[in-house]
Amino acid sequence: MKRISLIKMKARQTGTILEIEGGSAFEKRLAAMGISIGKHVTKLSAFVMRGPVAIKVGRTVVALGYGMASKVWVIPNKK
Amino acid sequence: MGNSEQKIKKIALIGNPNVGKSVLFSRLTGVRVLVSNYPGTTVEFLKSKITIDGDEVEIVDLPGTYSLEPNVPAEEVAVKMLTDVDLIINVIDATNLERNLYLTMELLETKHPMIIALNMSDELKHRGISINKDDLEKLLGVKVTLTSGITGVGIKQLKENINKANPVNVATRTHQQRWIEIGTIVDKIQRLSHRHHTFLEILEDASVNHWWGFVIAVGAIFISFKVVRFIGEGLINYVLDPFFNSIYLPFLEYLSGLLNSGSFLHSILIGHLIEGKIDFQQSMGVLTTAPYVELVMVFPYVLAFYLLLSFLEDSGYIPRLALLLDNIMHKLGLHGFAIIPVLLGFGCNVPGILGTRILESKRERFIASTLISIGIPCAALQAMIVGILGGFGGRYVALVYAVLFIVWLFLGAAMNYFLKGYSPELFLEIPPYRMPSLKLLLKKVFYRIRGFIIEAMPVVLASVLVINVLQQIHLFEFISGLFGPVLSFVFGLPKEAIWVLIVGILRKDIAAGMLIPLDLTIKQLVIACVVLSMSFPCIATFVIFMKELGMKRLIQATMIMLAITMLVGGALNMMM
Ligand SMILES: Nc1nc2c(ncn2[C@@H]2O[C@H](COP(=O)(O)OP(=O)(O)O)[C@@H](O)[C@H]2O)c(=O)[nH]1
Ligand SMILES: [Mg+2]
Repeated sequence: MKRISLIKMKARQTGTILEIEGGSAFEKRLAAMGISIGKHVTKLSAFVMRGPVAIKVGRTVVALGYGMASKVWVIPNKK
Repeated sequence: MGNSEQKIKKIALIGNPNVGKSVLFSRLTGVRVLVSNYPGTTVEFLKSKITIDGDEVEIVDLPGTYSLEPNVPAEEVAVKMLTDVDLIINVIDATNLERNLYLTMELLETKHPMIIALNMSDELKHRGISINKDDLEKLLGVKVTLTSGITGVGIKQLKENINKANPVNVATRTHQQRWIEIGTIVDKIQRLSHRHHTFLEILEDASVNHWWGFVIAVGAIFISFKVVRFIGEGLINYVLDPFFNSIYLPFLEYLSGLLNSGSFLHSILIGHLIEGKIDFQQSMGVLTTAPYVELVMVFPYVLAFYLLLSFLEDSGYIPRLALLLDNIMHKLGLHGFAIIPVLLGFGCNVPGILGTRILESKRERFIASTLISIGIPCAALQAMIVGILGGFGGRYVALVYAVLFIVWLFLGAAMNYFLKGYSPELFLEIPPYRMPSLKLLLKKVFYRIRGFIIEAMPVVLASVLVINVLQQIHLFEFISGLFGPVLSFVFGLPKEAIWVLIVGILRKDIAAGMLIPLDLTIKQLVIACVVLSMSFPCIATFVIFMKELGMKRLIQATMIMLAITMLVGGALNMMM
């Protein structure tokens, strides 16, 4: 399966986090919230016009700006 | 280790945002604190004292943090405070154990004596989670208590455990190692049972959806307006106005007869008689119009507003609104989270501007604070706008709101364009919905309303007193004559309206009330309401703006405010 960023995922699509770009500070910030490589992720919303992205990992729901979301790479699950 | 040789002097509550630290703080100390169901309610630390075994101990409620490597200013506050703390109470959201344990791991490595409050324990059952507390205690090596800030379960035990706190000898680990350890622990002590999604959980996901979210938001805002109007109008028409007219009025009439219409004291206390009678809206006496405006016209809406705001805060809806509005807010140089201080500003601008502390950059704080003080009328002023314009038809009220909203958008966009820097991206945890605890909610509303009455009443009474005295000694007309012509030229308002603006600096509601006896046309009233909303924020807002952002920023904001008020007021005067 090809990897895609959170941006390219569709709403309600699920996947597994493969890579987090954007420096270790960003990676750590996400990790402290429980979002890290290997975690199962569900995308909840896909706003138009480079809007934010809401994702759910475990019991945590987080809203990320477009730029941040584009740095999180995921292997999507097949439907 | 009993810590016998070294007395505990300072305890800190620390944990992720929104796990119930402030509720526990309040339970432990009896001090009331602001709690809401969104991250970032506590932007500064709060201190209090409790007694443990006869000794006074300081206890602090810190802003939430996800890790000890801070990412935002509020987190920095928390991490810095940790250095001189003797004991840590690590508050954990038991319904999100894995995520919360990361900070716990870091805290253990600091080698502070520590105990854990496994909070939100009341929610475990219906979320299908069971946690073996005793095993967790063994695995972590520190005392763990199941607590609930809502029901009060475990608070006593938590207090008793303070003396049983012990530091753990844990070596500093890497990131990776911590997560592996957490995985092992969680596997051992937590059981999840499968169950169907509850209605709330379905609503949780739907309300952040890019399509359903907006449908729900429009519905929520519509219902909010209806509820505020229902409560506000209901209280005015069926409770407070009848009360004033049937019980308070006879007393005033008696007093009026005693004082003789036209005497100095009568003019000040009762004001003018309208066709021989006291008119609560027009007489302008310290005992007539002043309390009527504040208690009958304004108070019901302020109460309704705070009931609603507090419900929205505690339910967890506001962060979802922040997500939905993120796109628009970016056009104004802010991100969605800035909707929180803006909503607070609709109650009173002062907490609104204080609330901008949740924003990361100086630039955002300036934009948000300026937008709040110019474009957001406080609840008290809104109540008066509705009271004054509503009688002419709802469309005039809508017109004032529309003008303010357009100004707000343009001003925000302009500041975003001209101010250096950029606005950071949204990064926000969205909490689950929670059914607000009625007791906590009513408590919060009570304190907000009490604050409102205590701050508003004296100022309103004093303003009317001073105005009436000035009128008696004829200084009133002198000042009206001095500044009045500018007012009539730019805004088309009579020269007496200068007093409305002057009093508006003290309080907006009674200032708006002073418009009623002036017999203005609807056009003049609309302009006056817009100008009053946009011009000088009341003195309290001014002071807090200066404290929070500094003199230079305040002067800049004031310049912008003056220019834009003249522009918009003048334009309305020409176009309407
Ligand atoms: N159900 C439940 N809700 C709680 C509990 N403790 C706190 N809350 C709610 O969780 C939200 C966050 O609480 P708060 O004390 O502001 O969290 P803080 O950010 O950690 O200070 C509020 O809406 C509280 O009413 C608890 O034990 N059970
Ligand atoms: Mg708090």
